[in-house]
Amino acid sequence: MSDIKVSALRHVYSAGTPFEKVAIDDINIEIPHGQFVGLIGHTGSGKSTFIQHLNGLLKPSSGTVTVDGEDINADKLATKNVRSKVGLVFQYPEYQLFEETVYADIAFGPKNMGLDDAQIDERVREAAHFVGVPDEQFDKSPLELSGGQKRRVAIAGVIAMRPGVLILDEPTAGLDPAGCKQILRNICDYREKTGSTVIIVSHSMDDVACLADRLVVFNHGAIRFDGTPEEVFSQPEELRSIGLAVPAATELAMELRRLGVPVSGSIYTNKQLEDALLKLKRGAE
Amino acid sequence: MSSVIKIENLHYTYPGDEFESLKGVSLEIERGSFVAILGHNGSGKSTLAKHLNAILLPSEGSVKINGIDTCDEDSLLTIRSTVGMVFQNPDNQIVANVVEDDVAFAPENLGVPSAEIRERVDNALKAVDMYEFRLHAPHLLSGGQKQRVAIAGIIAMQPEVIVLDEPTAMLDPKGRREVIDTVTKLCREKGITIVLITHHMSECINADRVAVMSNGEIVADGTPQAVFSQVELMHSEGLAVPATTEIMWQLNKNGFALPLSALGIADCAKEIAKEIG
Repeated sequence: MSDIKVSALRHVYSAGTPFEKVAIDDINIEIPHGQFVGLIGHTGSGKSTFIQHLNGLLKPSSGTVTVDGEDINADKLATKNVRSKVGLVFQYPEYQLFEETVYADIAFGPKNMGLDDAQIDERVREAAHFVGVPDEQFDKSPLELSGGQKRRVAIAGVIAMRPGVLILDEPTAGLDPAGCKQILRNICDYREKTGSTVIIVSHSMDDVACLADRLVVFNHGAIRFDGTPEEVFSQPEELRSIGLAVPAATELAMELRRLGVPVSGSIYTNKQLEDALLKLKRGAE
Repeated sequence: MSSVIKIENLHYTYPGDEFESLKGVSLEIERGSFVAILGHNGSGKSTLAKHLNAILLPSEGSVKINGIDTCDEDSLLTIRSTVGMVFQNPDNQIVANVVEDDVAFAPENLGVPSAEIRERVDNALKAVDMYEFRLHAPHLLSGGQKQRVAIAGIIAMQPEVIVLDEPTAMLDPKGRREVIDTVTKLCREKGITIVLITHHMSECINADRVAVMSNGEIVADGTPQAVFSQVELMHSEGLAVPATTEIMWQLNKNGFALPLSALGIADCAKEIAKEIG
């Protein structure tokens, strides 16, 4: 189990210099094990600063982060322990591939955890399987792969540590639509099979609307909204005012209502809108 | 019609590769038009873009800019100042410590007199709505702002064509809108030809023309309405269609008869409202 609890978290960059900047302030949030959380907010809203606190890469200026009830910044050992519990996949993780073969790159994390060769092998194969990296690619240099393949290898490298919490910072940025779909499907598979917590930072409202149980919206270093997609997307004007969009289906439903089409219920996925419209059409016939 | 770019039977193989990245692409781009190029990763879009200002030269076939062959070495400067390129990552394109110095970089290198540089820089920054930031440090700007500074740097060369290779891939929705609105304005108001390479279907809705690439070839070419209504083709190429088109297409499978040529929220809503009555 990996319950996350963040209390009164504040982070100040370059404290005590003329460039001092409060990146996040007074963040309080609990994320129970197994939740699928979408983290949204415009650039500079504090999302990335926040997620780097969840596995101890950044230390709070004040406030605490606990995982499984343990303060991850209590001492060095606690911080080290959290690294294998909370796996963080950065933006454009393919730029961080560095080993000579795909296999060695995926094996890097488990190796650092002090596992033996058999355990490492099992984990590499399992992780590669989750993200659809075929065995034939194990001996290739990561540099020979396409952008989408490289990214899958990078994600496998984190999954191989079997983190109870998987955090991904814009995992689909720069990929074509088919590549996006596949990566998201891989992540959902991982969650389904392992029951892990997944936290995705995304700019795509359509993606998070379909996938997440819960949406957390950052603005100016604070949490502005926190709720189900239904709750969050029921406030389109507020979202727009902080530079965010709503899913296309929500926008279309709003426009239809303005034109007098009585689309009922909350709409934030294509499927919901299609169902609502089909019902209306059948009713009209 | 006057075309500013004329590509004929363009083939290209990267050194050391066994396969061709471009397999006979022909494309003529009309002066002052807004053309979007779509395609999956590895389809050859970026390779095509790099031929437009002689970063790459054809293995076979030809690329002509205003009638000048890009293989003509003596005309390299003319070609590069006719066609400006903007890339994905704004951080890799900004060279100076102050916004206006960065924008002045290209005209300085072209040997433009300093009074004219001042004028070009001011106009370029105004065109992308970044004039008030002219004395800022680029690294403290947002992604969308940095990308607009990069575009201003290109505008200051007064090119006839701007080629943008996934300029919004690293930006948030607001930054994306800023960049797309800026290039649309440059096209419509200043008559600059825009070639936009993107994965985001919604960014192509205002284009005059959309060309779809797959495995080094152009597989669809037409107005956004004509191209996006070929939903099955787009899916089979690993591409998406705008969300509104996707919804209408699904509805049509269930008994609706909506015209897939309606693009954008407003038009799409109108058509659905008509159908439901």
